[in-house]
Amino acid sequence: MSDKSSSNDAYWKANVRIITICLIIWAFVSFGLGIVFRPLISWIPIGGTDLGFWFAQQGSILTFIALIFYYTWYMNRLDREHDVDEQ
Amino acid sequence: MDQFTLNLLVVGASFALYVGIAIWARAGTTADFYAASRGVNPIVNGAATAADWMSAASFISMAGLIAFVGYGNSSFLMGWTGGYVLLALLLAPYLRKFGRFTVPEFIGDRFYSQTARIVAVICLLVISITYVIGQMTGAGVAFSRFLEVESWQGLLIASGVVFIYAVLGGMKGITYTQLAQYCVLITAYTIPAVFISFQLTNNPVPALGLFSTHAESGLPLLAKLDQVLLELGFQDYTGNHGSTFNMVLFTMSLMIGTAGLPHVIIRFFTVPRVADARKSAGWALIFIALLYLTAPAVGAMARLNIITTIFPNGTQEQPIAYDERPDWMLNWEQTGLLAFEDKNNDGLIQYYNDRSEEFASVAAERGWEGNEMVTFNQDILVLANPEIAQLPGWVIALIAAGGLAAALSTAAGLLLAISSAVSHDLLKSTFMKGISEKNELWAARISMAGAIALATYLGLNPPGFAAQVVALAFGLAAATLFPVLMMGIFSMKMNTEGAVAGMLAGLFSTVLYIFTYLGWFFIPGTNMLPNTPDNWILGISPLSFGTIGAIINFAVAYAVMSVTREPPQEIQELVYSIRVPRGAAGAIEH
Repeated sequence: MSDKSSSNDAYWKANVRIITICLIIWAFVSFGLGIVFRPLISWIPIGGTDLGFWFAQQGSILTFIALIFYYTWYMNRLDREHDVDEQ
Repeated sequence: MDQFTLNLLVVGASFALYVGIAIWARAGTTADFYAASRGVNPIVNGAATAADWMSAASFISMAGLIAFVGYGNSSFLMGWTGGYVLLALLLAPYLRKFGRFTVPEFIGDRFYSQTARIVAVICLLVISITYVIGQMTGAGVAFSRFLEVESWQGLLIASGVVFIYAVLGGMKGITYTQLAQYCVLITAYTIPAVFISFQLTNNPVPALGLFSTHAESGLPLLAKLDQVLLELGFQDYTGNHGSTFNMVLFTMSLMIGTAGLPHVIIRFFTVPRVADARKSAGWALIFIALLYLTAPAVGAMARLNIITTIFPNGTQEQPIAYDERPDWMLNWEQTGLLAFEDKNNDGLIQYYNDRSEEFASVAAERGWEGNEMVTFNQDILVLANPEIAQLPGWVIALIAAGGLAAALSTAAGLLLAISSAVSHDLLKSTFMKGISEKNELWAARISMAGAIALATYLGLNPPGFAAQVVALAFGLAAATLFPVLMMGIFSMKMNTEGAVAGMLAGLFSTVLYIFTYLGWFFIPGTNMLPNTPDNWILGISPLSFGTIGAIINFAVAYAVMSVTREPPQEIQELVYSIRVPRGAAGAIEH
């Protein structure tokens, strides 16, 4: 196998790693803070209700947007580092 | 100028704009027709995706859907946005790199099998046709409500407009009309929302207003809403009254269902580069969030506003008399979305939860003999807002144009997914292999016309299950297409046998579970078990089953793969190549 394909393997591994991290955050803010762990953070007040309600209705959506743009930025850098970006 | 003329003018102007765009963005090639020649700016594609995605239901019904349940229906907010993270990270960039026109085409090539492609076409058709019925009926209803025409006449007008730009322009025409439709619908949604938020909380940003102070009472808005609801025997707004387990499953089903919807996925085939596909998903979510952050605020505020209108001196005091009810209520009573009945003949409007057993004694003490707001349609929370906020007539006209834009843009996207599956996946690759480029373009246009005719027919004669079909579409997208697409990219070894078995297992398990509780083909009375939580297997609601269907799909696919032969070497090389961005063919010049 050439250097190119081992570099591609490293690229894919790094990609799967960042996807995993992003999806852990994705699940944590929505299923975690918004639903399952809501009772645990109910002591934090926000605008007449508790933090879990805010995550369910707004916080998770805002985090999703941040996650996609972070991933886009990270991947653009990774594409260049591994020399697989589109010229 | 009266309201009807104004509605007609604004809606007419928006239609003229769409038709103008259609003439400007005519499709000259199949690449134009299927993928706008991959020359769409990622931000423009983001706005087009948002319009493609947000249906008449998102525009008209979602605020009410959340407002009448409260916290429990936050699933819709998280589910319908979280799917875009899955799209951006797991599907869109790789499918764009693969560089073809349809979802079944990817499945057929990646799994080197015509059978896999045909199974994918079947799944796509079931998902998109069920989904489009709701859009066509939605467009008909929007027309009849604002333009004083019969629902069927409205539907025919809507089909005619879609026909012009979809048949003429294909994906290219649809993309730029969707951009215009997004602008119309977001403006229409935001203006009344800003006013109602400002009136109730002195904060013009509805999403912030939701967590601000209710100006009239000095309490936080949500605390005030909880208080008045409890005082009228309803469940509080911010509490969790359902099963946490089902809420997780339902949210997950909506997320993976969203990521597996073909009409959304094909939008990402239109951008020039792989990096643009990622970026475009982010922009799509920003444009969607502008409405999805506003909708729950509008819903909560409108519900509180209606209650405080009926009980001007607080819910412990007497409600207003029928003679004193505001004009907007009189107007909306004519549409049947709002209806009153003076059950105890005291001339006052008692609005409360007469199904609450705990509250019955309080109601009896106060001489109330039943809830007198007998019809309170959830759509009214959006539709009546401009009148509640006493905004000028042109804002009401804008809401009409916005609702129609939402319905038409989604219908057009679905129709393209349907017609390209027919002309590209069935005709070109299966039945008429030698078809020329020019003839395929004609076939694509004829399929589009056929799809519009079918959707119009189904919109005119909706099978009596319009409400459930969307659940079916999401469940099937989650259980069939999403897992197979993901395995095609992330598993080097997944083979034809595994993919076909997985899709079929996901399809049949989901359909069986839904039909068991909701009736075969949704025909009432043919369900084998009553649709109540005690009868659900492990307490899983049929609406949440998409997640389970997806798990079944993955499990069956891996089991079958482990006992069948590996995919050939060239397929493994294909998977290697879609995993790296370099080499994606850019925009097509012609």
